[in-house]
Amino acid sequence: MCYTKIIMLFKEVLDQLNISAQCKKYNLSLWQCPQFLFLIMGIVIIVSALTAYNIGTRHIEDPLMVSLIVLVLVAVLFVLTFVITQGYERLAEANRMKSEFISVATHQLRSPLSNLRWVIELLMSEKSGQTKKEQTDYFGILKENINRMQDLISELLTVSRIEAAKLPVRKKDFSIKELIEDLISEYRPFIEASNVKISFNARGNLPQVFSDPLHLRLVIENLLDNAIRYIKDRGGVEIELFKKGKNICFSIKDTGVGIPEMDKKYIFRKFFRSRNVLKYQTQGAGLGLYISKAIIKRLGGKIFFKSKEGVGSTFWFTLPIKK
Amino acid sequence: MKTILFIEDESALQKTLGDILKTEGYETIPALDGETGLKMARTKKPDLILLDLILPKMHGFDVLKKLKQDEETKDIPVIVLTNLESIEEVDRAIELGATTYLIKAYYGLKEVVKKIKKALGE
Repeated sequence: MCYTKIIMLFKEVLDQLNISAQCKKYNLSLWQCPQFLFLIMGIVIIVSALTAYNIGTRHIEDPLMVSLIVLVLVAVLFVLTFVITQGYERLAEANRMKSEFISVATHQLRSPLSNLRWVIELLMSEKSGQTKKEQTDYFGILKENINRMQDLISELLTVSRIEAAKLPVRKKDFSIKELIEDLISEYRPFIEASNVKISFNARGNLPQVFSDPLHLRLVIENLLDNAIRYIKDRGGVEIELFKKGKNICFSIKDTGVGIPEMDKKYIFRKFFRSRNVLKYQTQGAGLGLYISKAIIKRLGGKIFFKSKEGVGSTFWFTLPIKK
Repeated sequence: MKTILFIEDESALQKTLGDILKTEGYETIPALDGETGLKMARTKKPDLILLDLILPKMHGFDVLKKLKQDEETKDIPVIVLTNLESIEEVDRAIELGATTYLIKAYYGLKEVVKKIKKALGE
């Protein structure tokens, strides 16, 4: 029994020494990883001890006093390092647990929501008996709200995957032009209901891209939805697609409310919603742009924007055409 | 009348999908856990199996594996109907022989029925 415990303890110590595995657990870069920082601080302590000893022997005659000073210095540095890295580790662990919680909670929320949605669809289909028009309208409201909850859950799941570096990418050759055309036709009722004029210009003969169509669809959908949603009364959205060297460039310009200067630096942050946007649209969790940026980065591209409050915004991204 | 074995631990889903399938002219056999589902598949020989993955007593993947290893059940089309959506899970289900993989959250009742009809060759 005791022997097994010693082996377990030894294995635990060995695991702790595997810095690369420890850093992977927290999904942090090496420079932010508590274990790596502890190692670096260890080297700093050794160098400081040697330097202190060198200087000490030059200025203090009593070797015992020099040793004592070096010992005290090493002890202080060691305690400081330990406290700092411990705090850092707790923070990293809390962050990891938060992502895990989001993942578990969203998975658990999905099943009852699916049940609800199916039950409402069954009631609306009248296969379980005749319903009054008024009742069907109420069921419609219920269904719409369930869909909203499901969208939010999907967004949260994507965020938790991004944070855990587990966003799966499945690349293949496809036409972004066709993807945009599909999305515009899917959004047609929303575009018309919002009094928005939309134009799409695909310049020249565009090649297929080797990328992830599902993720890219999500990005373009987010940008298109924002462009339409944040136009106050009536306005226009211009979409352009063109080739630029080895990249394909997508741009979307709207005449919406724009982004205030002071909010620009936070626009790609998770859960951030611009103050002026909250006046017009209360819906939305502020995850769309965060997810879009993470996806474009994961697909090897870059995303940019320019905006003027009250005039409109342009978002654009570049994406490598081939591998 | 074609029979569909529905292996799903949520009785609410069993009822909803079961009712709609009944109106479409199918007979559904409910099974609330993996072990019962596997037993039912062997004894009732349904025309199609709807299989959830997170199940009591036996995981959906184990059920699928056993179904496809058994000479008597290996040709029954299996539709995986779950809320798990990682690529690894989809790949594993297809690798084990599932006909289709449907994520409940993304499919409405009508679409599920359409997929069932397609899997039955209708």
